[in-house]
Amino acid sequence: MTGQASPGQGGEVRSPYRDYHDWFDREDAARIQRKAQQAEAFFRTTGITFNVYGEDEADERLIPFDVVPRIISAGEWRRLSRGIEQRVRALNAFLHDIYHRQEILRAGRVPVDLISRNEAFLPMMMGMDPPGGVYTHISGIDIVRTGPNEFYVLEDNARTPSGVSYMLENRETMLQMFPELFAKISVREVGDYPLNLLKSLSACAPPKCNGTPTVAVLTPGIHNSAYFEHSFIADQMGAELVEGHDLRVVDGRVAMRTTQGYTPIDVIYRRVDDDFLDPLNFRPDSMLGVPGIWDVYRAGGITIANAPGTGIADDKALYSYMPDIIEFYTGEKALLPNVPTWRCSDPDHLKEVLDRLPELVVKEVHGSGGYGMLVGPAASKKEVAAFRKKLEANPGNYIAQPTLSLSTVPIFTKAGLAPRHVDLRPFVLMSPQGITITPGGLTRVAMTKGSLVVNSSQGGGTKDTWVLED
Amino acid sequence: MLGKTAGSLFWMARYLERSENNARLIDAGFRIALTRSSTARSEWRSVLVTAGQDSYFRQAHGEDYMSQRVVDFMLRDPANPSSILSVVKRARDNARTARTYLTREVWEAVNTSWMTLGALLKRQVREDDLPDVLAAIRQNNALVRGAFSGTMLRNDGYNFARLGTFLERADNTARILDVKYYLLLPSVAHIGSSIDNVQWETILRSVSAHRAYHWLYGTEISALKIAEFLILYKQMPRSLAFCCDQMNDNLGLLQRAYGEETDAIRMGSSMCRERLSRPIGSIFDGGLHEFITDFLRANAALAQQIERDYRFVE
Repeated sequence: MTGQASPGQGGEVRSPYRDYHDWFDREDAARIQRKAQQAEAFFRTTGITFNVYGEDEADERLIPFDVVPRIISAGEWRRLSRGIEQRVRALNAFLHDIYHRQEILRAGRVPVDLISRNEAFLPMMMGMDPPGGVYTHISGIDIVRTGPNEFYVLEDNARTPSGVSYMLENRETMLQMFPELFAKISVREVGDYPLNLLKSLSACAPPKCNGTPTVAVLTPGIHNSAYFEHSFIADQMGAELVEGHDLRVVDGRVAMRTTQGYTPIDVIYRRVDDDFLDPLNFRPDSMLGVPGIWDVYRAGGITIANAPGTGIADDKALYSYMPDIIEFYTGEKALLPNVPTWRCSDPDHLKEVLDRLPELVVKEVHGSGGYGMLVGPAASKKEVAAFRKKLEANPGNYIAQPTLSLSTVPIFTKAGLAPRHVDLRPFVLMSPQGITITPGGLTRVAMTKGSLVVNSSQGGGTKDTWVLED
Repeated sequence: MLGKTAGSLFWMARYLERSENNARLIDAGFRIALTRSSTARSEWRSVLVTAGQDSYFRQAHGEDYMSQRVVDFMLRDPANPSSILSVVKRARDNARTARTYLTREVWEAVNTSWMTLGALLKRQVREDDLPDVLAAIRQNNALVRGAFSGTMLRNDGYNFARLGTFLERADNTARILDVKYYLLLPSVAHIGSSIDNVQWETILRSVSAHRAYHWLYGTEISALKIAEFLILYKQMPRSLAFCCDQMNDNLGLLQRAYGEETDAIRMGSSMCRERLSRPIGSIFDGGLHEFITDFLRANAALAQQIERDYRFVE
């Protein structure tokens, strides 16, 4: 066979991969190649696509899927999930504090600036108690691995983390393609995520809910890049998928227009940004939200997940304070370290960043999707020089991080297995009843050799993520 | 269920039905063009009128009803909002909007149909490839229909989709009669006299029923019988009477599910009772053209009433 098992790192197969490699070595590479093509056809007919903005022709694209699973040992996952749970608890406590007494600002542990100048900060949330005290119903914590049991948190996604449909469909695809693998290797289940999500959201029902909570998913519509995911989640939960024009405020409740009239909704899982939620209270030109939903929210008539104003936690400058934030609210040291981060708003930091620009990764504070960032080692002299100008013009808009020596995992290529860089986004659910983390999450992979950028908008792919049973 | 979702299911079904009806019209027109080149142009014009696309065609291409041009226009011309390509795309958009109400099988059939036809209609279709392309349209529709009937829950969503199918189908059959009624008229004066063979075959072909007609009426071909077959014959799945019955069945199920008698339900049952419960002779006496015009109006009004009563839009 051509598929010489090229190991994850350092010339030796890491132990969680051992059983997989045994299987792989006995497989015919041509068969796996065929399966990989089948997978693509499967994704197309299922419609697991994302829309690329600004591209008319072929406006629905596939995210490349790699057939080799990314494998995490039971022990690694135990440590990881403890760290993630601690982090999400701290994030939620932080959000509650910021929108109430702001103890952490008074204590001087986080600069006031970072909140007052944060675009996602919503003064209207001050003093507001979201049902069940939950802000971050759903979060995704991006993690990278640099060595055995060495993980770093890359960023926090508390606004509206996406990608969970890929986590579920990747597993479904693997089960269809390689059922025998799952008989051989005990992999922890991810398929209960939709029901856990429904339970978790239902547990956050607002005071005015009577009976079984009605949950709905709010989408901007079929032209949104993540529409597939929105409809997928609604379908899997058995919840209605609504758009702004399906909703209106009726008798103090947010209600959806059904074939028999208006029916109230109790919990809305919105995939629409804060700004667009309510044209009466936020952006008046928004057509995506519901006029008056804010007033219903304040009066305890609906739960909005995630809570408005939660996006402040996604700020990359704030991220650099996460170790302090965790310590402040939990009294413990952070179990998962941050990547060391220079805040370019600080003149000393800026100077060091400018000196070492070609070796650093520089990101926009509010950026996402891998846009507007510089990966120093991969950039040309010209690109670095251009970025230097942007950085000097508006240093407060950027943070910088060292280029980590990320560990790699194998992907399937025509020439056999080859190492590529990955990250991991575990999905975390929070309700008054506790925190649930689906074992694994979404593994995004930089399909290009040597590349560190895993974002799908930048040509990154995904693969199934296996957490092994003990 | 959401009013919007009901509307999407209704329209998804309408567009799917429309794509198949238009494929059938192209097929019938193509046959005439092959066998009778002298009347081909006027035949293509009547196909376009039947499909409601003549004004778009004339805007884009004037009066030049060339076979190749009309076929391409009806299949894939961007200037034609009712081309097969654009109708299939709209069916798929509606399916995407109603995705949570469709089974995976139905969604995949609709999506596959969109992908397959998109690939087939990427370039202009050569004349000798046309039969294959038309067959592919029929086959893809059959797959959707099969998945729909085999996997969908028999609930309100199912009823809205069925309503869309039969409203669209009744509309199509009535339009065929509307465009061709003049062919049927002169022969009525002397019942039993035969009408133009190729013409009647075209009519029957455009509802995929030339075999069924012979089965039923033997070799006797008369205007009265053809009209009776297409309007009143309840075992013919494209007749107005059959479509009306199906609409009323589905409206009745909605009434049972919702416990509410809507205006649409009343309109549906009166459409059947008043228009279709009389012998074909009396329809001809009152004027076939008037009958068809009135039916088309009533059918369109019913569609609007359904949209209102079940809150498809605000």
